[in-house]
Amino acid sequence: MTDTTLHSSQPRLITLGGALPWLIGSLFLLVMPQVFTSNSAITIMNQMAITIVFALSYNMLLGQGGMLSFGHAVYMGMGGFMCVHFMNYIEDYSLPIPLPVLPIFGGLFGMGVAMIIGSFSTRKAGTIFAMISLGVGELIAACSVIIVAFFGGEEGVSGDRTMGPPVFGIEFLHQIEVYYLTAFWLVLSALLMYLFSRTPVGRMANAVRDNPERAEFLGYSSRWVRFFSFVAAGFFAGIAGGLFAINYEIVTEENLNLVQSGSILLITFLGGVGFFFGPILGAIVFTLLQSVLSLQTEIWQLYLGLLFVATVMFFPGGLAGVIMMHTLPFRLGKARLLLRPYVKTLLPALIGLLGTAGGMEILYHLRHAALGENEMSLYWISFDSHSVLPIAICLLTAAGGFWLAKRNAPELADAWHEANTPNGGVA
Amino acid sequence: MNAMTQSGLSTATPALQIEDLRKSFGKAEIMRGVNLSIGAGERHAVIGPNGAGKSTLFNLITGRFPPTSGTVRLHGHDLAGLAPFQINRMGLSRSFQITNIFPKMSVFENVRCSLLWAQGYRYSFWNMVNRSRALTHAAEEILEQINLTNRRDLPAGVLSYAEQRALEIGITIAGGANVIMLDEPTAGMSHSETDYIMDLIRRVTENKTLVMVEHDMGVVFGLADRISVLVYGEIIATGTPEEVRANPKVQEAYLGAVLEADH
Repeated sequence: MTDTTLHSSQPRLITLGGALPWLIGSLFLLVMPQVFTSNSAITIMNQMAITIVFALSYNMLLGQGGMLSFGHAVYMGMGGFMCVHFMNYIEDYSLPIPLPVLPIFGGLFGMGVAMIIGSFSTRKAGTIFAMISLGVGELIAACSVIIVAFFGGEEGVSGDRTMGPPVFGIEFLHQIEVYYLTAFWLVLSALLMYLFSRTPVGRMANAVRDNPERAEFLGYSSRWVRFFSFVAAGFFAGIAGGLFAINYEIVTEENLNLVQSGSILLITFLGGVGFFFGPILGAIVFTLLQSVLSLQTEIWQLYLGLLFVATVMFFPGGLAGVIMMHTLPFRLGKARLLLRPYVKTLLPALIGLLGTAGGMEILYHLRHAALGENEMSLYWISFDSHSVLPIAICLLTAAGGFWLAKRNAPELADAWHEANTPNGGVA
Repeated sequence: MNAMTQSGLSTATPALQIEDLRKSFGKAEIMRGVNLSIGAGERHAVIGPNGAGKSTLFNLITGRFPPTSGTVRLHGHDLAGLAPFQINRMGLSRSFQITNIFPKMSVFENVRCSLLWAQGYRYSFWNMVNRSRALTHAAEEILEQINLTNRRDLPAGVLSYAEQRALEIGITIAGGANVIMLDEPTAGMSHSETDYIMDLIRRVTENKTLVMVEHDMGVVFGLADRISVLVYGEIIATGTPEEVRANPKVQEAYLGAVLEADH
């Protein structure tokens, strides 16, 4: 009681608890390139940062506004095209526009497009909104081969980021320079998106998501609330597009087609739509899987698909949801109880998964390797993929692992229940 | 001169005036020419058997459905063609028969959201809601009024039924509308819960115009200044509780059976 009155009488812009995650995040971004110094690592981190901005903007629609969009890549792609054109204008007319401010133009262009599309697509939520977003996504992707002057046809539009006026002597020749530029925009965009969720229109976006009709009887037009979220999401998607253009110096139809729109939905859902940091996790995990796993196996998309299906079925709150499930056990000081059951269930499950994956890899090798190329290497072991023994081992491991996991699962369930119950029984 | 006289009489303009209101769904005529005038500051109850069209009447007044014909005036302004949010901005707020809250948001958030438009925040995206002392204070005051202060940070969806009904009323009155319409506020409640809600309604609608649909005759006769009886889309009687109780038509159509059942 005293706590709430204290809280309400001292509203402050910045509190230590509120600023801490942002400070840690920024510090992390500063330190990362010192730890992972290779060019490929920095390329991955750039990709990650761009995806985070994109995923956060997508969650303004899905998580906060309750709008399931199948065409969000349109706004990122449009922002990207605009930026790459700007880069070329700067080169052609020697404009005194420094590279770091370029994403803002991508953002404004994405916002403009979102205003036009949103003016009719946000009238209704639900299926109608989803269908319109799908249609618009197809439409714009089809335009890219028709309006060649803007979209550059099939080969897209490319530019050169180093042609602008240097900023403090930096010409953005190196990946690391682009990294810091991207990191700066990442922090700024994430902060602005977070603050948006705290504004009246951001709060009402939640209300309209939960119950659009009730919001109407509180003086708010659900449609306008959705429109504002949609336009803001378009703006930040455009910024992500601008960062993409700077990083890769080329934007093509692939950046705004349905495949791209589908993957951002997947990324955001994987990370968790219920928490602000969910999409950040999703973007990090997805980019890692995409860049690291794709080097190891050609069927990485299969694993990604399985992961997505498993998330939707068993953990609809995504990774963030799984993490936040543990706040209660931690607050009760009972998280320790979970450690042993976790190891006893999850370790066999992991072994089972590795066994299954091994089986699938062998099958894939059997079907797709060149004729006569029987030798394959898996988990640092070389063997003949045409013999029976390796696949038998994989299948047995899988069966054994899953059996053990299933046997120990009730113990985990009990421990979970116990860890979530305050001492002295249910309150 | 004439206009002067009229504006001089504007204090007598009814809070809500309904003229020949009709509504058909397909061939079925649900509302068959309702006329009703409710004065400012009056507590008015609409009663009638199930299927009489009470909730439909509410939906027509608040803009949820458009009427087939007829007019509704709020403080003399015609509401024809206005959306619910526009009608709400003119000072009319309603609750729902089936609890209609924001289940995933906290109780406090529910109330705060219902204050935003009335406090002039509109669609602003340049100020933070938790920075406004006045807003937080106002929301906490409403929570105090509806006795939900100790539920402040719980998701609204986990509250008990009676608490959700109280929150429903809190959301309805938070914006400070001067015409409050409550659709069966005590439906499905126990005796003690009904007393609590009745007391709550009395407190929060002080100096306001109240229109409510209610089945519990104890609540109706305890709260209402005037009562209208709606039967099959028509108002068959309007008057003080005594007048309505004594009306033979009402006795025959509805009240006789209900009062007998009550005893």
